Amino acid sequence: MMIHFVLLISRQGKVRLTKWYSTYSKKERSKVLRELSGVILTRGPRLCNFVEWRGLKVVYKRYASLYFCMCIDPDGNELEILEIIHHYVEVLDRYFGSVCELDLIYNFHKAYYILDEILISGELQESSKRTVVRSVAAQDSLVEAAKEETGSTISNIIAHAAK
Amino acid sequence: MAMHGMRGLSVFISDIRNCQNKEQERQRIDKELGNVRNRFKNEKGLSPYEKKKYVWKMLYIYMLGYDVDFGHMEAVSLISAPKYPEKQVGYIVTSCLLNENHDFLRLAINTVRNDIIGRNETFQCLALTMVGNIGGREFAESLAPDVQKLLLSSSCRPLVRKKAALCLLRLYRKNPDVVNVDGWADRMAQLLDERDLGVLTSSMSLLVALVSNNHEAYWSCLPKCVKTLERLARNQDIPQEYTYYGIPSPWLQVKTMRALQYFPTIEDPYTRRTLFEVLQRILMGTDVVKNVNKNNASHAVLFEALALVMHLDAEKEMMSQCVALLGKFIAVREPNIRYLGLENMTRMLMVTDAQEIIKRHQAQIITSLKDPDISIRRRALDLLYGMCDVTNAKDIVEELLQYLSSADFTMREELSLKAAILAEKFAPDLSWYVDVILQLIDKAGDFISDDIWFRVVQFVTNNDDLQPYAAAKVKEYLEKPAVHETMVKVSAYILGEYSHLLARRPGCSPKEIFGILHEKLPTVSTTTIPILLSAYAKILMHTQPPDQELQSQIWAIFNKYESCIDAEIQQRAVEYFALCQKGAALMDILAEMPKFPERKSSLIKRAEYSEADTAEQSAIKLRAQQQPSNALVVTDQPPANGATSPVPVGPLSLAMVPSMITTEDHTSTDPALSQQNGSLTKVDPQHPSADLLGDLLGPLAIEGPPGATVQSEYNAVSRLEGGPDAVDGSAIVPVEEQRNTVQPIGNIAERFHALCLKDSGVLYEDPYIQIGIKAEWRAHHGRLVLFLGNKNTAPLVSVQALMLPPAHLKMELSLVPDTIPPRAQVQCPLEVVNLRPSRDVAVLDFSYKFGTNMVNVKLRLPAVLNKFLQPIPVPAEEFFPQWRSLSGPPLKLQEVVRGVRPMPLPEMANLLNSFRLMICPGLVSPFI
Repeated sequence: MMIHFVLLISRQGKVRLTKWYSTYSKKERSKVLRELSGVILTRGPRLCNFVEWRGLKVVYKRYASLYFCMCIDPDGNELEILEIIHHYVEVLDRYFGSVCELDLIYNFHKAYYILDEILISGELQESSKRTVVRSVAAQDSLVEAAKEETGSTISNIIAHAAK
Repeated sequence: MAMHGMRGLSVFISDIRNCQNKEQERQRIDKELGNVRNRFKNEKGLSPYEKKKYVWKMLYIYMLGYDVDFGHMEAVSLISAPKYPEKQVGYIVTSCLLNENHDFLRLAINTVRNDIIGRNETFQCLALTMVGNIGGREFAESLAPDVQKLLLSSSCRPLVRKKAALCLLRLYRKNPDVVNVDGWADRMAQLLDERDLGVLTSSMSLLVALVSNNHEAYWSCLPKCVKTLERLARNQDIPQEYTYYGIPSPWLQVKTMRALQYFPTIEDPYTRRTLFEVLQRILMGTDVVKNVNKNNASHAVLFEALALVMHLDAEKEMMSQCVALLGKFIAVREPNIRYLGLENMTRMLMVTDAQEIIKRHQAQIITSLKDPDISIRRRALDLLYGMCDVTNAKDIVEELLQYLSSADFTMREELSLKAAILAEKFAPDLSWYVDVILQLIDKAGDFISDDIWFRVVQFVTNNDDLQPYAAAKVKEYLEKPAVHETMVKVSAYILGEYSHLLARRPGCSPKEIFGILHEKLPTVSTTTIPILLSAYAKILMHTQPPDQELQSQIWAIFNKYESCIDAEIQQRAVEYFALCQKGAALMDILAEMPKFPERKSSLIKRAEYSEADTAEQSAIKLRAQQQPSNALVVTDQPPANGATSPVPVGPLSLAMVPSMITTEDHTSTDPALSQQNGSLTKVDPQHPSADLLGDLLGPLAIEGPPGATVQSEYNAVSRLEGGPDAVDGSAIVPVEEQRNTVQPIGNIAERFHALCLKDSGVLYEDPYIQIGIKAEWRAHHGRLVLFLGNKNTAPLVSVQALMLPPAHLKMELSLVPDTIPPRAQVQCPLEVVNLRPSRDVAVLDFSYKFGTNMVNVKLRLPAVLNKFLQPIPVPAEEFFPQWRSLSGPPLKLQEVVRGVRPMPLPEMANLLNSFRLMICPGLVSPFI
C-alpha cells in the first residue's frame, strides 16, 4: 500500500519537493526525476491521473503550475492516493491561505513539515485537516518561542511581495 | 499564521529565481556552495541559526538537482541540538538528504533513541518521523521495543502514538523479526478498538503489513476490521473532521478492506453476513456525483470493495453486480474510472465464470485500445490479452495487428509479443497463424525476435499442406519495395525449402524466385547472407530440368563469397560450390529438412518466465490462475488409513510372482535388444523419468510433447517383460480392438507395460488428448491421479470415464468433467483398494468427442498385482527356515522362469525390484 516517493514538479520541470520513502541512491533519485518529469509533463489534458512506469504506478495531479506526484505499487488503490494528494493540497491551502507555487518555493521547508504530518513511512498518518494544521501551528509556535531570530517579518514581506 | 522565515534563505532563493539561464544559476549555486563549505569549516563561529540556514540552503540546492557532497555531518549533528528549532531542521533535512544506507545515520542512533525514550513529546515526534521515513535495519533492531512501548502507552497522546504505529511499520518492513507475533496479535486487536481515528488509521496500515506476511496470527483482528468498516460505512460516531467530502474517512475504509483481503476466507457466519451487507451497501450505494473529490473518494472505496468481493468469491449474484458495474465503468468518459474499470476487469478474469460475461464487452474494450491516453491503452491491451481464447483470438489478434501500425513506439514491443503469443496459443488454423506472424514481421520487424520466426519455420516444416501457402505468402511480401530483414530471413528459408512447390504458378519459376531473393542480398547484414546462400543452393537443386543460366549465376555468387571475411558465409559458399559439382549427390545432401521434433514454444516459455514486464506478468498470472479453476482439485495427502493393516499381503510378498515374467521366450541374439537393455536402469521406479513427468504436468505443447525419446525406453521394458500378450491372456475383461478413426500415438500396450513398472507416465495419447497417470501405493491402497490434457485449441466434449474394476479391486474415480477446455489439463483422482490378490486388470472405458469424431478407448490401468506387494527383507540364513515353515499354496508358490535372455545380475535385480519383489542374494536353491 505504501507510497514510494512524493514529487512536486513545476510545469517548467523545476523540482519543488522530493520525499523518498523507499530507499533510492542519489543517482537513482535523479534518474527517477528525469524520467518522470519527461513522462508526466508531456501528458496532455483530460487524460487519466495514472501513469504506469517501470512496473510501478504514478498517481499525479496538476494544480495550477504544479504537478503533485506520488508513486505506488501496481496493486495500490489509485483513487485513494489521488485524494491523499488533494488532502495535502487542502492542508497547504489552509496553512498558507490560498497557496500558490511561490509559497512553496520560498517556504519549501514548510511543505516538508506539513508533509511529515500527513505521511510517514509512505502511509497516511492523519486525515483530519484540522489536526494537521494544529500540529504544524504548534511546531511554529515552539520555534517562535525559541526566539532565535527576528527575520520572520522580512521573509514574509518578500514572500508576499513575490506573489 | 506564523511565517517565520530566514532572510538569507529567501534572498538566496530569489537570486536563483532571477537567474536568466542555467549557466547563471550554476554560478550562483557554486558561489553559495563555496560559501556554505567555508562556513562549515570554521564551525566554531557558527550560530545555531546560521547552521540551520545553511543546512536548508543545502537541501534546496540538492533539490534543484545539484550534487551536495558535504555538510551531511552538519545536518546530522543538528539532531543532537538541545533546542527544538535546530533539532527539527536536523531531523527533516537528514531524512531528505540521506537514505537508510548512509553511514552518518548510525552516528545519530543514540540521540534518536534518547529522544524517543525521553519525556519531550515534540522530540519524540521528530525522532519517530525520521525513523519512520528512513530508518534501516539497524534502527529496527535497536529501537523497535521503545517504539512499541510508545504505541501502546496509555499516557502518550494520539499525536505520538500514530507516529509510533507507522514508525513500527517501517521497522517491521526492514526486519519482520522485530515484531514478536505471539505477543503482538492481542495488542494489535486492542489497537483496533482505538477511538482516535488518526491512531486507528495508522494502526490499520500496520495491520495490513502484518497480515500480508502472516494472516494466521491475526485472526482475532478480523471481526474488528469488519466492525470498523461497518461503523464507517454506516457513518456512525465519526467526528466531522474525519469525513472527507461527506464520506467517513475513505482512507480508513480502503485500508480496512485491504487488510481483510489478506485473510483467505471468513468463517464466522455472523461476521461474514455483516461484511457482505456492508459491501452490498457500497456496491449499490455509490453514485456518480459532480464534485470530483467526492467522486474519487467514494470510488476509491468502491473499487476496494470490488476487490474484496472478488477475493471472497462471493455469491453469484454479487459477482454479477460487480461485473455489471465494471461493464458500466469501462464505457464512461471519465478517464480515471475507465482506466480502473479496465484494470479491475482484468483482475476479474481470475474469477471463474467471469470470462464469458467479460467477452460481451469486447467491442467496448477495443475502443479503449484506441484511446488517446497510453495508460488506458495499456490496460485495454492487458485485458484483451487476458480474455483471449480460441473463440475470440481471431478478432482480438487482428485488432492488435491493426493497432500496431499506429501504436506508439513504447508499446510496440509489448504489443507484438502479445500478438505473437496469442496467435500461437489460440490459432484456429495454421495458415492464419502464418499470416499473423508475417504481418507482425512486416509491421514491427524490429520487435520480432528470432524465436518468433524460428517458430513459423517449425510449423511450416512440420505441416506439408502449409508449405505451398507459406511459400506463396512470403513471396508476396518480398515483392514489396521495403522489406524488413527478418522477413528476408524467413522468406529465404521458406522459399529455399518449398518454392519448388509453386513452380507451376506464374512468376514462380526458380529463376524468378531466385531473382526476387537475390535482389535483397545487397540490403541485408552478414547474418542473413548465409540463409540466402542456402536458399540459392536449394533452389538450384530443385530446378528440373537444370537451367544453365541460373546455375552459372548462382555459382558465380558462391565463387564471389568464397573469399568472404565472414567465416560462416565463406564456409557455406565453398561447400555449396563444391557440392554443386557433385551432381546427383547434391540431391541427398540438400534434401528437404526433416520435421522438427515437437517442442514447447520458447516464446510462450519466455512469456511465462518473464518477470521484467509487470503488465505481462499480470496477464500470465491470470492465465495460470484460470487453469486450476477448470480442473478438479487434487490433494497430495496419502490415504488416511494407508499405513495400517496390510493383512492379506504379508505372505504374498515372498511368494507371488506375476506370470508376466514366466511365459515369453526372449531371443537373446537380437543386438538391438541387448543394446536397449542398457537403458534398464532408467525404469527403476525410484527414479521416474523427470522429462516425462515434467511434460505431463506442465502446460501442453502446441502439438503434443515429444514422444520419440520416451518411446525407446518403453520398448526396452515391454520386450523384456514379455510383450503385450503376457497380461492379456490373464485379463478377465477383454480389451477391445480400437475401431476409432483417431489413431493413438505410441503403442497402448507398451505404455501400459511401462507403467506396470513405474508410477508415472503417459497412459494414452492421440492427436487430441493425452492421458497421464501418477500413482502412489501404500500397502493395499493405491491413489492414482489421471491427468487428462486437451492438446487442442478447441474443447473436448462429452468426456466420459467409466471404471470397469475386476472383482478384487474397489475403485472410486472422482468426477470427470464433461468438457475439457482448450489446452487445459484436468486432474481426476482415483482411489484403489485391493481386496484380495488377483491377476485381473482394471479397465478404464474412456470416451470423448472432438468435432464429429467420437473416440472410445478401453485402457488397462496399471493397478496390477505387483503394485500392492510389500517386499520384506529376509537375511539369507533365515530364508530357508521361513520358507519351509510355510505350508504351500496360496502361502507359498514357486515358479521357474526359463528361456530368459542372459542379463547381468544387477539388471535382473533392478527389474525385480521394480516389480516390488525383494531379492535375497547369496542363496543356492535346493529346488533346482
